Amino acid sequence: MQQIVKVTDLSKQFKNLTAVNRLSFSVNEGDVYGFLGQNGAGKSTSIRMMLTLIEPTAGQIEIFGMDLSKHRREILRNIGAVIEKPDVYKYLSAYDNLQLFARLSGIKPTRKQLMEQLEMVGLAQRADDKVKTFSQGMKQRLGIGIALVHNPQLIILDEPTNGLDPQGIADIRNLILHLSRESNKTFVVSSHLLSEIEQIATRVLIIDKGKKLVEGNASELLDPTQTIVELQTFDNAFALQQLKASKWADKVQGHRNNTIVIKLDRREIPSLHTDLANMQIQLLSLQPRHSLEDYFLQVTSGNQHVDTYSN
Amino acid sequence: MLTLIQIELYKIFRRPRTYIAFGAIASLILIIQFGLKVDGKSYTDFLMKDIGGSMVIDGNIINGYLICYIMLQLLLVHVPLLVALIAADMISGEANMGTLRLLLSKPYSRTELLLAKFLAATVYTIMLLIWLAILALFLSMWIFGLGDLFLMKSSYVVLINQNDVFWRYAGAFVFAALAMVTVASLGFFLSIFAENSIGPIVATMSVIVFFTILSTLNIPIFNALKPYLFTTHLISWKEFFDLKVNDANEAIIGSIQNPQRIITSALVLLLHIVGFVGGAIFIFNKKDVLS
Amino acid sequence: MHKLFFLVVAFQFSVFAHAQDMTGLVMKVKAKLDQVNDYEADGNMKTDVSFIKAPIGKVKIYFKKPNKFRLKKEGGISLLPRGGVSVNMSSIIATNDFVALSAGDQVVNGTVCKVVKLLPMNESSEIVLTTLYIDEANLLVRKAITTTKENGTYEMEMSYGSFAKFGLPEKVIFSFNTKDYKLPKGITLEFDDNEKALTEAQKLKNKKGRVEITYTNYIVNKGVADAVFVK
Repeated sequence: MQQIVKVTDLSKQFKNLTAVNRLSFSVNEGDVYGFLGQNGAGKSTSIRMMLTLIEPTAGQIEIFGMDLSKHRREILRNIGAVIEKPDVYKYLSAYDNLQLFARLSGIKPTRKQLMEQLEMVGLAQRADDKVKTFSQGMKQRLGIGIALVHNPQLIILDEPTNGLDPQGIADIRNLILHLSRESNKTFVVSSHLLSEIEQIATRVLIIDKGKKLVEGNASELLDPTQTIVELQTFDNAFALQQLKASKWADKVQGHRNNTIVIKLDRREIPSLHTDLANMQIQLLSLQPRHSLEDYFLQVTSGNQHVDTYSN
Repeated sequence: MLTLIQIELYKIFRRPRTYIAFGAIASLILIIQFGLKVDGKSYTDFLMKDIGGSMVIDGNIINGYLICYIMLQLLLVHVPLLVALIAADMISGEANMGTLRLLLSKPYSRTELLLAKFLAATVYTIMLLIWLAILALFLSMWIFGLGDLFLMKSSYVVLINQNDVFWRYAGAFVFAALAMVTVASLGFFLSIFAENSIGPIVATMSVIVFFTILSTLNIPIFNALKPYLFTTHLISWKEFFDLKVNDANEAIIGSIQNPQRIITSALVLLLHIVGFVGGAIFIFNKKDVLS
Repeated sequence: MHKLFFLVVAFQFSVFAHAQDMTGLVMKVKAKLDQVNDYEADGNMKTDVSFIKAPIGKVKIYFKKPNKFRLKKEGGISLLPRGGVSVNMSSIIATNDFVALSAGDQVVNGTVCKVVKLLPMNESSEIVLTTLYIDEANLLVRKAITTTKENGTYEMEMSYGSFAKFGLPEKVIFSFNTKDYKLPKGITLEFDDNEKALTEAQKLKNKKGRVEITYTNYIVNKGVADAVFVK
């Protein structure tokens, strides 16, 4: 599988604020790559760096196997993007906007092609209406239409469901699913809500305060039978040592502050409990987290990050 | 690049705001023409009191050429506002609307984009002046007819033969275009710093008003400053309407009193344009787009 | 003081001594001019006034008895000394109501002329005094100095060519004093720095005003429509 995006040690410093801190991740061809994080976690800054809107302080971005700083033009020609709000020229019609951005992307589509594109995002009926009369959802769909009009390989959608009603969110979700399956396009979709991502993403990256928290296959990270269990013991170092030596070693995810994180099937909890007792580990608390979202919420709202968390 | 310029022009001329300027110029000119057509005699009588002391003017000084001069004198001071309305909005307007980030993630360099935008603003400015020329010059010529151009300067009067006038207007309009493009480049430069439209427009106007007042003031300590203010050079189009005289104090047809002043002013303005646009490109290339 | 007194007395004496002769001479000149009922002519007009920059202009001149006069410039605008242009020979001696006094002889451009002081009898006349330099042999006025109540003194110098037989000049030079001209820069919207404007004005200053008209193509007594005199 071809690597579409490869980000290495990417950092961005704004005066006193480290917006992105040594961030590394990669996106493979055909992925719907979920980019998760609270507001202000550094998602937008990272995406803007991928689109050359912001100059990185350090690190490397490779897209389609080329260095972005050296092959900006070739790379951007093959990217479609909606960056934060889907702002377009309000005094122009949907059709005019689409045509304008198509030309900016270097193609000259026919009216038929443009109308087909509008049809796809459900705006054919309103093609000649000025965008200022559009609802948020219609603007969002137009934004996606514009991102797709030049048939790019990589589509970057920054918070595409912001401000949409549930129906609008579902529409966008279906559109992304449809496109990724039918035309094998690669998507990077950012959101601050796991619930929006979990249904479409094939891979997920969670960042907080500019740092990577976790990156992995969505199917594994989001497996509903898998549960995270947090342990607090009288002596964590001893507990960790005991666990690493036991059959639970593979499931121990890491250790942060005074909690040990274990990922397991919820049916294994009683057996874990028994083993802990057998290992003379003095348990203070054992707290199961029901889903990744629960976990995501906790790690991203707290001030901590997981030391090691691999899958 | 050509595509970019086309697109920028398309954007300018699809905006209702663009036509405010054309409408404002048209209505102003038509009102002045109406006023002078109806009551021009008393206007010129008022102006000519002084020269009447020892000389009389025989003939009707109100003709298309004089009307155009009066209008240029009045309007060219205000056209910068109309130019700023568009030029100072070229970048900041897109930042404000939120389209800048999408525009900049397209496969063009920022330098290309800025140049295309500046050229589009230049085309707009020139079209505004062509519009001004059509109404102030050609329409006035049609309404008021042709004749000698009689001008009153502060310390002398100039009489230019009818057939020696038109080329001067051609030169004056070309120069005015250069002057207005300078204003456009200032507005353009300021527009890269803001994410709203009003700031750079007001800033551009403020700079021009401030400098113009310095240029107009006749206070000796400011006089030394005048040659360095671009506003002083904005009105050098007037130099086209001053004749050289020979030793017999006979005005030389086809001459210009101070051609060097026109050339100097043009060079100063060109330098400003290069400076503003170059500065805009330099700074904008290093700028993180956060809008 | 004595000298001056003597001069004044001598001048007055000589004036009275020749008084009678001069009226006859002026009447002869007038009779010669009276041959012309009307004329039109082409001309070139050159304006030399300190504060005026004007090129040589092509003009058309129309005259009709008794005192209709019109100077029309191609392009429509001409700058003329106030009250000056209507000053042509015919209008100066249009009336018979004058006293003509001799003031001796003088040479004007190589021609010996009789100097005649012409005083209008009418108290309300605009002209206070006219001095004519008359070429007695040809009955031509070579030079005239007119002092007016309102518009100062004008000097006209005339030279004659082929139309001398009608008393019509080939070239007339008006000389007159000009007043200062100045408009505030606020009105003219000039930003020029003061220094340059001053030298420019200085170059033009301290000159007597002159307007020079060279006549060509006289058409005499062929009729001129009254319409051309209507402004």
